Amino acid sequence: MEQAIIVAYQAVYAIAFLILISLGLAVIFGMMRVINLAQGEFMMLGAYCCNLAVKHGMALWPSFALAALAVGAFGMLIERILIRFLYGRIIDTLLATWGLSIFIVGGTTIIMGPTTESIPAPFGTMTVGGYGVPTYTLFLIAFAVLALIVTYVLLRYTTAGLVARGTMQNPVMAAALGVPPEAVYMLTFGFGSALTGLAGAVIAPLSGVSPTMGGFFIAKMFITVIVGGQMALLGTLSASTIFGGISGTVDYLVNSVVGDICVLVVAIALLRFLPLGITGRFHRGV
Amino acid sequence: MNDEFLLDVRDLERRFGGVRALAGVNLRLKRGEMRCLIGPNGAGKSTFFKMLTGQLRPNSGHILFEGVEIAQKERHEISRLGIGIKNQVPSVFDGVSVYESLWLAAASRVQSRSVEHVVDEVLERLALGSIAHVPVGLLAHGQRQWVEFGMVMALQPRLILLDEPTAGMSQEEVKRAATLIRELNQRASLIVVEHDMQFIRDIAGMVTVFHQGSILMEDTMANVQKDPRVREIYLGRGDA
Amino acid sequence: MLRAPSRGFGWIPHWSWWAGVAASFASFLALPAFVSEYALLQLSVIAVLSMLGVSEGFLWGFSGILSFGQTAFFGLGGYTYAVAALNSDHTALPLLGAIILPGLLAAIVGYFMIYGRIGEIYVSVITLVVTLILEKTMRATSSDEYVIGSVRLGGQNGIPTVPPLNVPFTADGTLGLTGVYFLSGICLLAIYVGLALALRHRWGRVLVAIRENERRAELLGYDSRIYKLWAFVVAGMIAGFAGALYGIWGNFVSPEMFSLGQSAQILIWVIVGGRTILAGPIVGCAVIQYLTAALGTAAVGQVTLVLGVILMLAVVLFREGVLPAAWSGVHRIQSRLRRAD
Repeated sequence: MEQAIIVAYQAVYAIAFLILISLGLAVIFGMMRVINLAQGEFMMLGAYCCNLAVKHGMALWPSFALAALAVGAFGMLIERILIRFLYGRIIDTLLATWGLSIFIVGGTTIIMGPTTESIPAPFGTMTVGGYGVPTYTLFLIAFAVLALIVTYVLLRYTTAGLVARGTMQNPVMAAALGVPPEAVYMLTFGFGSALTGLAGAVIAPLSGVSPTMGGFFIAKMFITVIVGGQMALLGTLSASTIFGGISGTVDYLVNSVVGDICVLVVAIALLRFLPLGITGRFHRGV
Repeated sequence: MNDEFLLDVRDLERRFGGVRALAGVNLRLKRGEMRCLIGPNGAGKSTFFKMLTGQLRPNSGHILFEGVEIAQKERHEISRLGIGIKNQVPSVFDGVSVYESLWLAAASRVQSRSVEHVVDEVLERLALGSIAHVPVGLLAHGQRQWVEFGMVMALQPRLILLDEPTAGMSQEEVKRAATLIRELNQRASLIVVEHDMQFIRDIAGMVTVFHQGSILMEDTMANVQKDPRVREIYLGRGDA
Repeated sequence: MLRAPSRGFGWIPHWSWWAGVAASFASFLALPAFVSEYALLQLSVIAVLSMLGVSEGFLWGFSGILSFGQTAFFGLGGYTYAVAALNSDHTALPLLGAIILPGLLAAIVGYFMIYGRIGEIYVSVITLVVTLILEKTMRATSSDEYVIGSVRLGGQNGIPTVPPLNVPFTADGTLGLTGVYFLSGICLLAIYVGLALALRHRWGRVLVAIRENERRAELLGYDSRIYKLWAFVVAGMIAGFAGALYGIWGNFVSPEMFSLGQSAQILIWVIVGGRTILAGPIVGCAVIQYLTAALGTAAVGQVTLVLGVILMLAVVLFREGVLPAAWSGVHRIQSRLRRAD
C-alpha cells in the first residue's frame, strides 16, 4: 500500500514537472508554430538567474520573478534578431535555434564555468507513503497547476490573449485593425520564454545548475509539446499526463533510463497513429 | 465483374469537418470514353479526382477501376494500376531537368532501352526538345504544364485525369491541347475538368455536371448548355 | 534550389569528375611522404568523420530527410566494434557487425517514422531524441554490472582499449598509423564514389525526385516509403562503419560519440560545405576540424560558442551552404566584371 502511494506521488510529480517545463514551449509552438531548440537553454538561464540572485542575498520568490523577467526580455531580443527572419521555415528555425542553443551553452560555460552549482530547497522534507520526500515537490506541483491555469485564463479570457490569438490566425487582418503583428510576435515569444525561465528557476533548488542542463529538458519538452499537438494547453496537459505518468512510475520502479525509453516508444507509437499529435484534429481553442 | 466499365464509382462520400465535399457520387466511365466534368468552384471535382488517385480516402463508397476496388489503396499502387493525373496546379520536380522528369515517369513502367525511346517520343510530340535539359523550376508556367502533360503521357496510363489542363494557356496552346487530348483518347480513356466551354465542345464526349458534391446531370454538351438548371448553378437564381 | 544538370543525363559522370576524384586521391596517397605523423593522425580522423558527414549530406541534401541522429549509428557502430573485438580476438567480424547493427536500428526507427508518414519536423525531433537517449544510456553505465561478455561499458569514460584492426594474411600484424590513414582514405573514396554513382542510377534519381516532390513521385508509381527507408538504412550503415573506424583510429569509444555536440558538428559540416554537393561535407568537416584544432582544445566554451554562431549565420544568410554561396558570389563578381568591359 505504501509502495502504491509513493509511486502515485512520483507519477503526479512527474506529470506536474512536465507541465511546468513544457508550458513555455507549448505557448510558442502552439501559437507561433516555431520550434525553438534553445528552449532548454532558456530554462538553464532561468535557473542560473535564480541561483545567482539567491547567492547574492535575494529571497527565493523574488528570484523567481527576476528569472522570469530576465529570460522573457532575452526571449524578446532573440525573437527580434533571429527568429523573425525564419518564420514559415520550420527546418531552418530548428537549425538556427540549435545554433543558438550551443551558442548559449558555450557562452555560459565561459562566463560561469562548467561546474554544477546548487541552492538548497526550502520547506524541508515530508513523508509520503513511508518515504521521505522534499516538501518542495508539493510546492512545485501546486505551482505547475497554477501556471497552467493562469496561462489558460490569460490566453482565453483576457484582451491581450485574444489579440495574440487573433494575430496568430490572421496577421493581416490584425494589422488592418491597428495591431502591429511584429509586436505581438515579440511579446508572445517573450511570454513563452518567461514561462520557461520561470520553470527553470522553480526547479533550480531541486536539481543542480550547470551549463549543459538544458539538453536534458529540451527532449522532454519537445516530446510533450509535439505529441500534445495543435492546442497548446490541452495538448500539453494530455501529453504530460501520459508521459509523466509513465516516466514517474517507471523511473521509480526500474530506473530513469528505462523510463526514458518507454516514453520514447510510446511517443513514437502515438505519433504513428496520431501524426498531428493528440489535439491535432481540433482547430479551435487553446 | 463488369468488364464494360473502366471506372465504376458508387455512392462516394467525403466530409471535411461539417462540410460534405462529396455527397454520394455515382459515375461510370466506359473504356475509351472521353468525359468532361464541369461545375462551379467548390462543387467537388478536384476532390473527386483526388479520390480517384489515392490522394484522399473517401468516408464511404466504392471506386472500381477495371473491376478492382481502389478506394483504400496507396497513391503509387493506383498509379501502377494505370491511372495518371495532371493536377490543376502543376505538380512537377523543380530541381530536375525536363528530360529527367519524363525519364522518371517512363522508368516507372518500362526498362532500360525502352525508357529512352518513350522519353524521346514524348519530347518530340510535345516539342519540348529545345528545353530538354533545363531544370523545370526555371520554366514558365505554361511550359511546366506541358512537362506535367509529358510525364503523364510517359506513364502510358489507361485512364488519364486532367484537372483544368488549359488554365493559363493562350488560344494557340488551347488548340494544341485539344488536338493532343483527342490523340490521347485513341489509347486511353479520359476525364477532363474544364471551364472553357469552347474547348469542351472541341473535344466532344459526354459531360457530367457536378454541383455541391453530387452529380446534377450527365448528357451531351449541347443538352447541358440548354438546361436551365445548369445556368442556375453557375449564375444563381434571379430572385435571390 | 536548382543546379543546372551536368551535360544531360547518364550513368557515367563526366570525365572531369573522374579526373578530380583521381587527382584528390593521388595527392592523398602521396601525402605521408611530406607531412608529420601528427598531421596524418588529424587527416585520418577527418577522413573518418567525413564519412559521417557524407552520410548526413546524402540523407539530407539528396533524400530530403533531416536526421539529427546519425550520431546514434556512429556511436552504436563504434561500441559494437569495441565490444565485439575485445570479446573475441577477431576484428573483421566486429567491423561487419558495426555496419549491420546500426543498419538494423536504422531499419526499425526508419520504418516507424517513414511508414508512419510523419512530417519532416517530427523526423528531426525523433532522431534527435533517439540519440539523446542512447547518450544518456551509455553515460549511465559506469558501474561494474554493465558488462557485455568481458567488456565493461565504462559509462562516461567509454571503452579505452579498443583493439586495432588485424591485417589479413599476417600472423599478428595490426594496422598502424599509416595503415589507418590509408584505410580511412580508401573507404571514404569508396563510399563517396559509390554514392555518387548510385545517385546517377535510377534509385538515386528517384530519391531526388521524392525529395523534390514526394506526391508527384508517388503519382508516377514510386513507393516513396521504401526508397526513403533504404536511404535511411544506407546512411545509418555508413555512419556505423565510420564509428567503428573512429574507434580503431583513437583506440577508444565514448558516449561523446552519441552527443548533441557531435550531432551539431555534423550538421555544421554539411551546412558549411554545402548540402547539395555530395563532397560538401568532406570540405566542411576539414574546415571545421582545422578551426577547432586552431582554437585549441582547452577552450571548449569558445569552440561551442563559435560553432553556434557559424550555425546561426549559415542558416539565416547562406541557405545553400556557406561554400556554395561563396562560389556563386564569386560567379556574380566575375559576371559583373565581364559586363563592365
